Amino acid sequence: MVGNIIAITVQDFTYAYPNHSAVLQEINFEVRKSEMVGIIGPNGAGKSTLCKSLNGLIPHFYGGSIAGSVTVADMDTMKHSVAELSLKVGLVFQEPSNQFSGVSTKVDEEVAFGMSMMGYPREEMRPRIEEALHAVGLQGLEERSPYELSGGQQQRLAIATVLAVRPEIIVMDEPTAQLDPVGKTEVFQTMRDLNGKGYTIIVAEHEIEAMAAFADRILVLDHAEIVTQGETRKVLNEVKKLKQMGIDPPSVTELCEILRGELKIDEGKFPIELNEAISLFSRVLREHAK
Amino acid sequence: MKLIEAEDVWFSYNHEVMALKGVSLGIGKGETVALIGQNGGGKTTLAKHFNGLLKPTKGRVLVKGVETRTLPANKLAFTVGYVFQNPAHQIFSSKVRDEVSFGPHNAGLSSDEVERRTAEAIEKVGLKGYEDVHPYDLDYGKQKLLTVASIMSMNPEVYCLDEPTTGQDHKGRWMVADLIHRLNDSGATVVVITHDMRFVAEVAKRVVLIADGRILADMPTKEIFEKSEMLRSAQIKPPQITELAHSLTRYNVPASILTVTEMADALQSILRLHQR
Repeated sequence: MVGNIIAITVQDFTYAYPNHSAVLQEINFEVRKSEMVGIIGPNGAGKSTLCKSLNGLIPHFYGGSIAGSVTVADMDTMKHSVAELSLKVGLVFQEPSNQFSGVSTKVDEEVAFGMSMMGYPREEMRPRIEEALHAVGLQGLEERSPYELSGGQQQRLAIATVLAVRPEIIVMDEPTAQLDPVGKTEVFQTMRDLNGKGYTIIVAEHEIEAMAAFADRILVLDHAEIVTQGETRKVLNEVKKLKQMGIDPPSVTELCEILRGELKIDEGKFPIELNEAISLFSRVLREHAK
Repeated sequence: MKLIEAEDVWFSYNHEVMALKGVSLGIGKGETVALIGQNGGGKTTLAKHFNGLLKPTKGRVLVKGVETRTLPANKLAFTVGYVFQNPAHQIFSSKVRDEVSFGPHNAGLSSDEVERRTAEAIEKVGLKGYEDVHPYDLDYGKQKLLTVASIMSMNPEVYCLDEPTTGQDHKGRWMVADLIHRLNDSGATVVVITHDMRFVAEVAKRVVLIADGRILADMPTKEIFEKSEMLRSAQIKPPQITELAHSLTRYNVPASILTVTEMADALQSILRLHQR
């Protein structure tokens, strides 16, 4: 699915909020169309700021000083308005209630809200609402109040409001941080479905096991800089580096780093998911038992 | 005598639906207990009975042998401190220091004592240097630590922490885990409500699983994660490392493993044994 078309290019990007020191330093990365990229790192590292830089809220809404460039769907974020950018890239916040308009009393009205602000004709809105609610699995709940939904449903509604505009790229800033395990699973599943449909997805997350399962690549941010980036397995295998930053890799990966001597496997080949670890250790223990 | 005793507690918010349906349990001094289960099951409702924020519709709750119905909540606050899930429901001061000193100040302690407790609590949760910051300028994880500090300054015997790891990064999680260990080492009893099973494995010796207003299980943490069918019906996933251990029991890996360190030790001893 992932081709060579570039969806996002961030080049030598440095940013500081007004009257503050830089919260992003010399950031460089590319995202290809239909990739799912995870951004991990401690709170305060710059993850949220980076997310807001991808849809133009930075610099247009927040101001501040900038060096370098951010290009999203062939648009330089400096030269295009948030309204123009929002047609191509949608941002989902940590708190679904921050995303809601606060004026809609029904789920379908909430999905329509963004489009009506953008002046979409009524007849075009209906099929888009249906499509967006279907994509996040909320069909049938059109008449409910957004505030009567569970946490996971609210976050999926927030995603639907973004989808209705039919963007190519969806950026999510810790979308599961406030959710219970059922809600987290719902949102990760939705993310995976959308990625399967070809959406490019960038997600800032602390849920490392979910990232191990879903992300094609991972960027690690610490103290305003990208400390490491690459294919998910490669990054999550850098156990010592991650632990130094206060990031816990998946438990099974950490275990392999500790048992490196006994296992005789190299960093870069450690399992990052439970099933891989089960087959590795079953094999090792079976051979030792002989 | 148990520190907290719930005897056949029933509770309804609206006199229609019962949020608790006959819950009985005792919590002894120095225990670390995790209340787990899906949202809407009754975890928070039960914990709010421990410090008298809620009083049973039927049945009774005793704190140090005294029925909570006969005690005002401000009296109980000296024995049982409650840290809310949402920091915004708790924080009301405009400075970190004032938030933490409010409790002891309000309790009429001397200003020296208030100052000492405030400084100590702020330091213990790692917020030293933030004393003059507005609480809402802190990130969510630090706000949660602040709400713990504002209870610590009251020096209660029991801490009820409602989802203390929500919104924390990994470092914040370890900090809360470490804090719980230290509180417990100094003799405090800790009741923690959480969805984070890795966190449960790290901090709690006993787990109470609550669903639909009832206690489904009440047992040592080492045992509960082996009840795979019960956990599945309650939609709870054991920590990844415990699941790995469960898949390897036929090679003599103990099923009771809870942490990466325990697993590494167990595997090392098995692998060395066979090398000899």
